[in-house]
Amino acid sequence: MSNKLNNFIHEKIAPNFEKGGKFESLWSVYDSFHTFLFVPRQTAGRKGVQVHDSVDSKRVIIMVILALVPALLMGCWNVGLQHDRALGIDDGWFMQFLYGFVAFLPKVVVSYVVGLGIEMAVAAYKREEVAEGFLATGLLIPMIVPVNTPLWMIAVATAFSVVFAKEIFGGTGMNVFNPALVTRAFLFFAYPKAMSGDAVFVRTGSALCDSPIEGTQVVDGFSGATPLAAVADNTFNPETFSTFDAFIGTIPGSIAETSTAAILLGALLLLVTKVASWRIMLSVFAGGAVMSAIVGAFSENAPTVAQQLCLGGFAFAAVFMATDPVTGCRTNTGKFIYGCFIGVMVIIIRMYNTGYPEGAMMAVLLGNAVAPLIDHYVVEANINKRAKRIKA
Amino acid sequence: MAAEKKPGIFTGPLWTNNPVVVQVLGICSALAVTTQMKPALVMGISLTCVLAFANVIISLMRNTIPNRIRIIVQLVVVAALVILVNQILKAYAFEVSKQLSVYVGLIITNCILMGRLEAFALGNKPWPALLDGLGNGLGYAIILFVVATFREFFGSGTLFGIDVIARFVNESGYDGYQNCGIFVMPTSALILIGCIIWYLRSKNPDLQEK
Repeated sequence: MSNKLNNFIHEKIAPNFEKGGKFESLWSVYDSFHTFLFVPRQTAGRKGVQVHDSVDSKRVIIMVILALVPALLMGCWNVGLQHDRALGIDDGWFMQFLYGFVAFLPKVVVSYVVGLGIEMAVAAYKREEVAEGFLATGLLIPMIVPVNTPLWMIAVATAFSVVFAKEIFGGTGMNVFNPALVTRAFLFFAYPKAMSGDAVFVRTGSALCDSPIEGTQVVDGFSGATPLAAVADNTFNPETFSTFDAFIGTIPGSIAETSTAAILLGALLLLVTKVASWRIMLSVFAGGAVMSAIVGAFSENAPTVAQQLCLGGFAFAAVFMATDPVTGCRTNTGKFIYGCFIGVMVIIIRMYNTGYPEGAMMAVLLGNAVAPLIDHYVVEANINKRAKRIKA
Repeated sequence: MAAEKKPGIFTGPLWTNNPVVVQVLGICSALAVTTQMKPALVMGISLTCVLAFANVIISLMRNTIPNRIRIIVQLVVVAALVILVNQILKAYAFEVSKQLSVYVGLIITNCILMGRLEAFALGNKPWPALLDGLGNGLGYAIILFVVATFREFFGSGTLFGIDVIARFVNESGYDGYQNCGIFVMPTSALILIGCIIWYLRSKNPDLQEK
């Protein structure tokens, strides 16, 4: 069956897109869908030494998307849960999940349509293959924004990030900064009112837009502020909410970064399949833990170490953002330094810069900026070490 | 340098040899004063006047200035002109001069000015020096104006202080529109100038580095 389909595609459909075909200009679009759905037909020749690995970057990125699924599902449920809590109702976990999913889905569609649209247009113009990097980015973008972000803002920010963070540097694999985080940074600086505060993380209206549903009213004394916003306001008290809630993810926050448990599940998949570097992940958590212990020793109502690691986007950044192989460090020693740097910076920005309630985004972008420098000195140090050995 | 034809002296800096986007000079003030269109326009005109007059004056004195102290002489001439412009702005356009604050005074240190005086006025007769000053000043003004148009439109939703976006958005009944804060920050000017350079280079193969 699949063979017949494959043959049909190759004999009937493919020629239309190849040189001289009817849809020649759409070749890169065709190629991207084809390689996404099917294993490429070319195989290595019989002669000579060939090293071949069937894991190409499309399969790697599918692994990342699979790893994102637990966090995504938990995130959708949490959106519904927060909505129910704000209105003082409870209509069961399934309806809550459905509410969150309906709120989440349009954002994914917008981010993919805009991002892939630009990528395909560029690829068709250059007559290149459409690079696969955006498959993961497109899903990451809606996961790291507040649920009340308007769709047009996501569209503008995605377009900005694909053009100015990625295509300008030469496309997938050449970008200096993580495009998903650039999208968020753009939103953060361009539309600060829509990206922080206590009105954006919990949707109190209907699922598709935030206009209030008739006959409902927000519970008295309800605050949609995230725990980190309380930290920034100096109103945080480590005893007012349970670390367990933060770990499971039933606190207000950006759509899919609240549930540390679900993120760790994804991390497990990434580590088992060796898609993400354990060195980076481990050192981000280690750096963050050490720095929060230091901060905790100097300040009375700082979150505990466990809370620091569960709150906000820390875990999400450590697992999915810092480990991006394109923007992170390449050398093994460098990965440890890079990870620690990010972990420490997250906590410093979070605790000491009251302008930014959360430091994960800034810390990873800063890490991206210094990653080549770290790599340079690691390589240099290695060269010096070996040069000394020759002389001795 | 002196071998250039006269029309080239004036029209060249307007686009193909623009001081801001080709020679990448005078970037600081291009980032600082382009949030609104009015100050950008005034800044462009001020710099054009100072540059044109300074070019002519230095060109007239070019054979008498001792080589060792030429920078000091240039600075004295430019400073005098800048103070004049600053006083005129304070007298006739006080609001704008407050918005421009130190940047009018900082025309003294503008790279375009020193560059043109050193590279052109010291070696050319007054008439070409005048054309060169006007051309470079206007080239700077054009870029400032284009950047300021984008920044004011997207960052504040206005053009020359007149509400444009808010008027249309309010009529359509959608209340979720927000102006893009990035366009108020100097970052956006850098990105916009980058876009202009990108466009210019893709149109003009001579400017592309191998």
